[in-house]
Amino acid sequence: MLEFDDIQHILLERAPALAARYEFLTFRDAPGGRKWLNTIRQTVKSVAEIRAGIDDLRWVTVAFTWNGLQALGLDEASLASFPDEFRQGMTARAEVLGDNGPNHPDHWVGGLAGPDVHAVVILFARDVDERERCRIEHEKLLACSAGVEVLSTLDLEATPPLGYAHDHFGYRDRLSQPVIEGSGEEPTPGSGAPLKPGEFILGYPDELGPAANLPQPEILSRNGSFMAYRRIEEHVGAFRDFLSSQGQNSEEQEFVAAKLMGRWRSGAPLVLAPLKDDPKLGADPQRNNDFNYKEMDPLGYAAPLGSHIRRMNPRDTAANMNRRRIIRRGATYGPALSEGVPDDGVERGLAAFVICASLIRQFEFAQNVWVNDKNFHELGNERDPFIGHQDGTLEFKIPKRPIRKTIKGLPAFTTVRGGAYFFLPGLKALGFLAGLKSR
Amino acid sequence: MENDWTKPAAVAIPKEGFFKDQEQQGRYGPIFPKTPACYGFSIIAKIIPGHEENFYEYGRNLAEGVAGTPDLLASLKLHYLRWNLFQIKGDTYFQYMGIFDTDFDKYTEDAVAIFAATGRSTVFENLEGFPKDWRTNAGAFIKFMRDHQCPSFMEYGEYPYVSADEIKKALKLKAAFSNMLDQMQ
Repeated sequence: MLEFDDIQHILLERAPALAARYEFLTFRDAPGGRKWLNTIRQTVKSVAEIRAGIDDLRWVTVAFTWNGLQALGLDEASLASFPDEFRQGMTARAEVLGDNGPNHPDHWVGGLAGPDVHAVVILFARDVDERERCRIEHEKLLACSAGVEVLSTLDLEATPPLGYAHDHFGYRDRLSQPVIEGSGEEPTPGSGAPLKPGEFILGYPDELGPAANLPQPEILSRNGSFMAYRRIEEHVGAFRDFLSSQGQNSEEQEFVAAKLMGRWRSGAPLVLAPLKDDPKLGADPQRNNDFNYKEMDPLGYAAPLGSHIRRMNPRDTAANMNRRRIIRRGATYGPALSEGVPDDGVERGLAAFVICASLIRQFEFAQNVWVNDKNFHELGNERDPFIGHQDGTLEFKIPKRPIRKTIKGLPAFTTVRGGAYFFLPGLKALGFLAGLKSR
Repeated sequence: MENDWTKPAAVAIPKEGFFKDQEQQGRYGPIFPKTPACYGFSIIAKIIPGHEENFYEYGRNLAEGVAGTPDLLASLKLHYLRWNLFQIKGDTYFQYMGIFDTDFDKYTEDAVAIFAATGRSTVFENLEGFPKDWRTNAGAFIKFMRDHQCPSFMEYGEYPYVSADEIKKALKLKAAFSNMLDQMQ
């Protein structure tokens, strides 16, 4: 039985928010940090509270880096019980994650590459007005929290049209998310059976059996999880220029856009709609995820073997899939770039939190083996066309009879602008951390 | 050139097992390099005295398992496995040589998953110092493998860098052409 009254809502619930704000904080002294935490934690709701509420306007999440736990005064034995990759932090894992060249932490913004990132407050708000109200409230709290400083912030808003979630490139988002056993949620057709809770929530059995090797003490880890934050700039102008160079007309260009993703921008999967877009299919959750690769598209004639969705979720063509799944929560930031308008140079993109019980086994595996392995599915010289490290020397192959099409010198459509590893405690654990005594 | 399978190639590897100027960081530590003989490892460890027969029994069980389920080890992307037992000064040692197309850490993670999914034990349980919590602690399993890896100092490939999948594709193509020629008679 999942302890819904202790699990932070973000793990199981997606807030119906149109605006968001991430505030990255640093603790200059432990008592100040704990005092701030003791107040802010009153606003952090559990899954149970969110499910009971009807008129929520804002949803708050609090999480900490390993440096942040240390800065709050957690004892050495507890700090040592956290996994190595979390203790090292995302910056130290850059090579594993493929964060090279322009994606390297040396180029990150908001102070995210340094050791002063201690905590993040994630605010999802019903609209921009509510976000502004919450921003002012938090500002007041910080004003009376000595030793707690804002390192950087990021405002996020859904990008228009607002009828469905999509990124700045125009691709429908949130189509394939795992479901946790006992969460009360039913998987959509094709999404696979619910996964054991321990794949995402600490303290529960996972797909291999009972929970093991958890951070100590138990009250700290129980109902917690880990989150990998990624701030990814989307180069909309470069993407549109690339598509223009790949087709004589919009139909040909859309075809290439669909091949890179494995879905049409409407969300319709190429495996089910290989030749022509089907927006009704794309918008229908009962159908838009109901496909496999091994039987329905083994050679990638519909969705290329290196397309984004095939790398991020190889479905029945990869081993141990149930041990590799991730939950993603996030939003778009920056202004939308209207069609036909040259790139204005303003940063816009996606900033999301990848939630999993093991960063090394789930998030880092996906980055290392699926996103950035040039030889994924024997492709030889490719990385993920959207989030893989692209330096202009790689290819993208589109299987086609009689001869495949090879796009050479694929440009980078995204750049990593920041990231960090966070521990997402349960509600009781937030109280435990707020109540720590100075060492 | 990595893609030139027509030209046999050999690589001499430094004592530490890595090329310092090309060292790549993997999730559990530096990645042992891909050579003309693909990825692989040579694990050498002392067995628990009196456990010799378990190795032979495990070998027979694995052979039966693969015969019954030919894709049992498919996720490991193997070319070959070779297992040996040998004596040094009265102690028995186990050598596990594998040649495969995924990196060392992924191989080990996938192997743990196969053992877990099929309820199998691992022959490693008969080795001295092997972590007892290996089923739930892939990191400890991988550390044991890394600690007992004996890096090659030379590896050779007659058809260098070619993966098992590429070889299987070529054989399928050959079979398809044979079939085509039969149909043309």
